[in-house]
Formats: sequence, C-alpha cells, structure tokens
Amino acid sequence: MSESMPARGASTLNLRGTSTPATRIIGVLALAVMTWVVVSAFFFTAPDVVQGDSVRIMYAHVPAAWVAYLAFVTTAIASGFSLVRRHRTLGFDRVAGASAEVGVLFMGLALVTGSLWGRLTWGTFWQWDPRLTTTLFLFITYVGYLAVRRIDASPERRAKRSAVLALLAVLEIPLVHFSVVLWRSLHQEASVLNPDGDVRLDGLMLFTLFSGVVAFTLAFVWLVIHRQRLQTLVDLQGTVGLDSALAARATEAVLR
Amino acid sequence: MRNVFAVARKDVLIEWRARLLLVRVLPFALLVLVLFAVALDSEALLTRAAAGLVWLAAMFATLLVVQRCFDIETADGALDMLLTSVVEPSRVFFGKVLAVAAQLLVLVVVLLGGAVVLYGVRIDAAGLVLLVTTVVTAVIGLASVGTLYGAVVAQLTGRDSLLPLLAMPVLAPLLIGASRATESAFGSQTIDLATGWAWTSLLAVFGVVFAAAGAASFATLTEPDA
Repeated sequence: MSESMPARGASTLNLRGTSTPATRIIGVLALAVMTWVVVSAFFFTAPDVVQGDSVRIMYAHVPAAWVAYLAFVTTAIASGFSLVRRHRTLGFDRVAGASAEVGVLFMGLALVTGSLWGRLTWGTFWQWDPRLTTTLFLFITYVGYLAVRRIDASPERRAKRSAVLALLAVLEIPLVHFSVVLWRSLHQEASVLNPDGDVRLDGLMLFTLFSGVVAFTLAFVWLVIHRQRLQTLVDLQGTVGLDSALAARATEAVLR
Repeated sequence: MRNVFAVARKDVLIEWRARLLLVRVLPFALLVLVLFAVALDSEALLTRAAAGLVWLAAMFATLLVVQRCFDIETADGALDMLLTSVVEPSRVFFGKVLAVAAQLLVLVVVLLGGAVVLYGVRIDAAGLVLLVTTVVTAVIGLASVGTLYGAVVAQLTGRDSLLPLLAMPVLAPLLIGASRATESAFGSQTIDLATGWAWTSLLAVFGVVFAAAGAASFATLTEPDA
C-alpha cells in the first residue's frame, strides 16, 4: 500500500518544482496585500490614544494568531479525513503536517509579537492570563506533534499516530482553557495599565487589520500548498527516484 | 468486564513480580520531593506549595509507570498477542488504565505521606474526604492520559523523550485542578472546601473525556500497519 500511495500524486505533479499558475497568483496577491499592510500600518494609520505607536504591533500579531488557529483547525480536519478515508491516508496526512508546521511558525510569531506588545503596554513580557497561557500550551502541544512527525517510522504508522494526536489536541484545548480561566479567576487581576488591551479602532485601522488577516491567510495557503507538494516529492523520491535511476542505468547499458 | 480485569491483573502481577515501582519509581518520586525542598529552601513556602509539588512529582512518576506499562507489551510483540486474544481493544485499554491507576494510587498516597512528614502539611477530617476523592479522580485522569499517550508513542524510536513532551501539556488541566483541590484539603492556601470540590468535578470531567478518547482511539493506535 505504501508503494502505490505516493505514486498516485505523481501524474498530477510537476517534478521540477512545486509551483503552478494558481500558487503563483496566490503568492503575488499575498505579497501585494502584505506590502499595503506594512505601508499602512507604519505610515497611514494613527497611533492609539492610550497605547501610542505600540498599537502597530497588532497589525502583525492578530493576523498571526488567526492563521495559527486556522492552521490547527486545518490540521485537525485533514487528520480526521486521513483516519477515515483509508485509501487517501498519506495525502491528507501531508496536508495535516504542512498546516501544522506553518501553524507553529505563526503561533510562535503571535507569541513573540504579543510578548513585545505586553512589555510596552503592560510593562511585562508575560502575564498568566487565560488566553496567553492556553496559547502557550497549544504551542507546546503542536511542537510535540511536529516531533512525532519527524520520527523514523513507516509512513502509515506515523500518519496514524499523528492523526490521533491532532484530534486529541482538539479535546485538550478547551479543557486547558477552561481550567486556566478557573485558576486565574481565583487571583486578583494584576494591576496593569490596560488589562484587557482593547483598542478603539477607526475605519482605516480596522481596514488595515482586516488586510493583514487577508495577507497572512494568503501566505498561509501558499506555504501549505508548497510544503505539501514538497513533501509529496520527498515521498516520491523513494519510489519514483529509484525507478528512474534504474531505467537510466538500463539505457546506459544498452547504449554501451 | 472480565477481560478488563484480566488485563489489569496481568499487568499488576508482572509489576508485583518485578517490583519496579518499589525499587525505582517510588524512590524517584520521593527524591523529587526532597529536591523541591532543597531548591525552594523555605519551610513556609514549602507548606504553601506542597499540593502542587506532590502532583508535579506524581506527574513525573506517571511517565515512568506508563513507559514501563507499554515496554512490557512491545518487547516480544506481546501486545499483538493480547489483542488477538481479547475481543475489544478498548477493553485492553481500560485494563491497562486500571493497572496504571492502581500503581499511581500507591504512589500518590506515599507522596502525600511524604508531604505530611517533609513539608509539615496538616489535614483535618473534612479535608480528608475531599483529598481522598481528589486523589481517586486525579489518578484515573493521570492513568487515562498516560496510557493513551503511551499507546501513541509505543514502539516509536525516541519514545522516552516524546512521552513527556506530548503528555505534559495535556496533563496541565489535571495538574491545575488536582493542585487546587489538594490545597483546599490541606488548607494551605486561601481556597475554601467548596471551591476544592468544584476542582474535583473538573478532574472527573477530565478523566471521563480522556478515558473515552482512549477507548475510542486505542484500536487505531494498536492495529498493525497496512
């Protein structure tokens, strides 16, 4: 089964690279929107009344967090399919893995940008607030998931184990969040400049934030498609690569 | 049900004959308690932190017990044999959970004894009822998560370091809940008994969720690869 599965993708795949016209369009769009976000975030939008210029971190932070959650949802859905649709297990598994990798990257970005913003606004890099704490646990959970994906085992076994893990993470997160909310509610609210960190957004700020979400989502789609195709090529290397090498050697022998 | 007990009995019997819990896991857990005391270096702080430290030590020890529980199965392909002889994989799962829970129960009782002796913790009658309930529910949760994630990493290379990385974040709600409920039983923090009972119910929910998840996924995790 493992032999026939990766070969299925071979017919639809360009063996010289991972880009197609569709991904090029997505890539160019992502770049264009991202450029607008950067320019608008730094030059066009006004500083916040309370937070001043530090509010500009939000234009990267919120989209990064959004993409991370989108990525983990994608991983969970792809993992579910990989368990149910047995004849396409490895295809869905590659999507799940690619999405999780990108998700961990963006969640890391969200944590770093959030922490920098917290230093400017709260005066501290970290607060044991339910949302932050849950996000940190989520981050570690998916780092563990990626560690399992790197393990040297048969592709089917790895796919099965990681799919179960991704679905368990969906169970874990609400429980972690709920327990942390309960835990923190026992403590007094820390005295910070602006505990909830909410900002009043004017039209342009909102539009820039929304553009950021669009740009990051496009970048996410682009990255996942390429990563998934790259993984397909890596998987093919074992089967097709060997076949073509043998064929090349055979032609050589004939010529000689 | 008979199958569940048969699997549990087998595991406990193997454990009893090897005495690994006694000679390795228990001393390790107690050592952790001693090391916490050395690291914190304050008796007042120790009494306040006692509940959390006991459960943290229990968590570390759980990883050892779980690893052992799967190593005895995977050594000679014993798990495959077991799965061919028992009707439902979920019964094997529950049997293993039961065996791990039995060992952890002994472990946690010893750790709590250690907290009384080493950390100067005091427990009254009302607290004792809460404490017993907390220990039982938390141990079931620990055993369920441990056995489930033990199955996820079973037979993989590098499972020794994977298990903590995967299981610890999942155990976070349990650590929070069990520590808070135990604090309220100890009276070592400002948490009243009613809140302690609320935490115990969270532990019960946690245990049920992961026992169900384990029963549902155990067949997938242990089936031979196609």
